[in-house]
Amino acid sequence: MNIQGENKTQNRVVALLPLWVVIGIFMIGPLLVMAVVSLMKSNVYGGVHFEFSLDGYKQILFDTNLFGEREFNPAYVIIIGRSFVLASLATIISFIIGFPAAYYISRQSKKVKDILIFLVTVPFWTNLLIRTFAWIIILGKGGVIESSFIFLGFINEGDTLNLMYTNSAILIGLVYSYLPLMVLPIYASMEKMDMRLLEAAADLYSSRISLIRKVILPLSMPGIIGGCILVFVPCLGAFIAPDLLGGGKKLLLGSLIQFQFASARNWSFGAAVAMVLLLLVILVLFFNARINKKHRDYETQG
Amino acid sequence: MNDKKINAIEIKNVTKVYGAGNSSVKALKGVDLTIYDNEFFTLLGPSGCGKTTLLRLIAGFEDITEGNIKLFNEEIISLPPNKRPVNTVFQHYALFPHLNIYENVAFALRRLNKNKDEIERRTNEVLKLVQMESFSKRKPNQLSGGQQQRVALARALAPEPKVLLLDEPLSSLDLKLRQAMRVELKNLQRDTGITFVFVTHDQEEALTMSDRIAVISNGEIQQIGKPEDIYENPNNQFVANFIGEVNLLSGICLKNGENGSCKLDTGHEIYLVIPQSVEEGEAITVFIRPERITINKSLSEKSLTSISGFTYVGNAAHVELLSNNQIINATLPIDRVKDFKKGDLIEIEFPKDHAQVINK
Repeated sequence: MNIQGENKTQNRVVALLPLWVVIGIFMIGPLLVMAVVSLMKSNVYGGVHFEFSLDGYKQILFDTNLFGEREFNPAYVIIIGRSFVLASLATIISFIIGFPAAYYISRQSKKVKDILIFLVTVPFWTNLLIRTFAWIIILGKGGVIESSFIFLGFINEGDTLNLMYTNSAILIGLVYSYLPLMVLPIYASMEKMDMRLLEAAADLYSSRISLIRKVILPLSMPGIIGGCILVFVPCLGAFIAPDLLGGGKKLLLGSLIQFQFASARNWSFGAAVAMVLLLLVILVLFFNARINKKHRDYETQG
Repeated sequence: MNDKKINAIEIKNVTKVYGAGNSSVKALKGVDLTIYDNEFFTLLGPSGCGKTTLLRLIAGFEDITEGNIKLFNEEIISLPPNKRPVNTVFQHYALFPHLNIYENVAFALRRLNKNKDEIERRTNEVLKLVQMESFSKRKPNQLSGGQQQRVALARALAPEPKVLLLDEPLSSLDLKLRQAMRVELKNLQRDTGITFVFVTHDQEEALTMSDRIAVISNGEIQQIGKPEDIYENPNNQFVANFIGEVNLLSGICLKNGENGSCKLDTGHEIYLVIPQSVEEGEAITVFIRPERITINKSLSEKSLTSISGFTYVGNAAHVELLSNNQIINATLPIDRVKDFKKGDLIEIEFPKDHAQVINK
C-alpha cells in the first residue's frame, strides 16, 4: 500500500510537469521579469540599466523638485484612487445590468437560452479596440446619441452634450467591455440552481421580490462573486476605454503603465506601478476568498 | 369520523395539456374528485399517469388547461402558488441549502410577516413535532435523507396549511425508514387534523396510510374508494393488477345471476355471482386474490393441477399452480408451507365470495 502510495505521488509530479512548465514560462516568468525591471534604474532610451534601484517605487509617492529635494507628489495616488473608484462603479453597474439579464436568460427554454448566451459572447469576436472606437461614434460630437437628440428636439443643432472625454464615458466603455464577463458566471450558477427550490419558495408564500432576495441571490452568490472579480480586476488595469473615451486627460492605472512603457520610456517606473496594481489585485482576491468560503460549504451538497 | 363531511378540495372536470399542436400531451383527461376535510387521501398510479400533475395543479405550479379547482369552496385556479393556503412536501425535499434547519422551517412564517415570538414558537413547535429540534443549527447537507425528510415535513407544516400536499415524499428513503415514516406520517395527519393529499406509485404505502385512494392511469381516475374496497372490489383489470398480487382467469359463463357458475380455461368449474348482463356462453374474466385460494393435496392420481413453482418468502409461500397450461397463483399460509413441495398434485378450492367477474 505504502509503495503504491509513493508511486502515485511520483506519477502525479511527472504528470503535472507540463502544467508547471507552462505556468512557469507564461505566468511566473513574465512576472519575475517585471519584478526585476521594477527594481532597476531606467534607461532614457527604453529598457533598463542593470543596477539595483528603488527609484521606480519612490516615484509613485515622491517627486524631485527643481532644487533636488524630494517632496510628496499625490498625482499617482490620485490615479490609483480614481482607478479603484471607476473599477468599483463599473463592477456595480455591470452587476445591476448583468444579474437580471442572467436571470432572464436562465429562465428561458433550452433553445432560446443557447441563442441568448451565444449573443452575449458575440462581442468577443471583434477586437476590443475597434469596439471601443464604435463608442466614439455613438457618444462623440454629432454622434448617434447627439444627432438623435437633435432630431427629437431635445437639444439645439450645434449644441453638444459633452459626452466624450468624461469619467462617464470611461465608465460606459468599461461596463460595455466587461459586462459579458459578469453575465456568464452568474448565468452558470443560476443554470445549475435547482428550479424546485424556486417552486418551494413560492409554495412557502414568497412574493417575487422575496424569492429573488432570499433564494435566488444567495444561491447565485458564487457566480456573482466570480463575475465581480472578472469585471473588477481587468477594469482596474484597463487602458483602451480610458484612453479612447476618456481622451487620456484623466489617467488611470492601466493607461499610466501603458504610457510609461510605450511613450515615456520609463520602464522601471511602469513596472513598479504594475507591481503595485498586482498587489492590489491580490488583496482584492484575498478578501474575496474569505467571503467565498462562507458560500463554499453548501455548494458541495451531495 | 364526522357524519357531515366538509369538502376540502373539489376538482371538477380538470384537463391538463402540455405543449401545443401535434406534440401536445394530455396529462389529465377530465378528472373529477372530491377530497374531504381531515382526510388522508392518496393519488395512486404508475409513473406518468398524471398524479403529480394533479398535485402541481392544486399547488399552483402549473396552469390548468380546463376545469376548476376549489379549496374549501373558494376558487383557487387564478391564484399564484404563494397565495394558496396549501403547502407541499417535495419528492427530493427541496430544502434551501443556504439556510440552516431553523431558517428553512421559519421561511414561510417570515414571508407571512408573523411577529418574532410567533415565528420562534411555531418553528420550535413543528421542529419538536418531527423530533428535529436538536438539529436546528445544521445545514440541510449535514443531515441524512430521513432527517431531511422530517425537516421538509416540518417546513411545510409550519404555516399551518389547510391542505398538505405530499409528492412521493418517501420514495428516496430506504425500506426500513420508509416503513417507519409511514406510521409517523399517518399519526401526524391524525394529530394535526390537516388534510393530506399524498402522491405515490407504491400500492403498499397507499393501502397502509390512506383513508381513501384514487387510482389513476393514463390521466383518468380508475377508481376512488377506501383501501379495502379497492383491494377487494377493483373496478377493472388495471386496478386489480396494480394493487397487490392477482389472478385474472378467463372462462366461459355457464349460468348468470346470484348462483352463477362458469367454466375456467384452467379446466375448473367454479361458482360465483355473475351479473345478469352477462349472457350464458359469453367469455368473462374472473378475479381472485392468491391468498383467497385454498389448496389441498390431491387424493387421486388424476388431478389436473400441480405445483409448478414454489417460493418461500418467510411469512408465507407463493405457489404457482399449473392447470391445463394455465397458471394460477396462490399464497400458502405459514403453518401450511411445509406440507407442500414443487411437483405435488393438488386440488383447488375456489372461494365463492371472493371470486368476481371483472371488466377490462
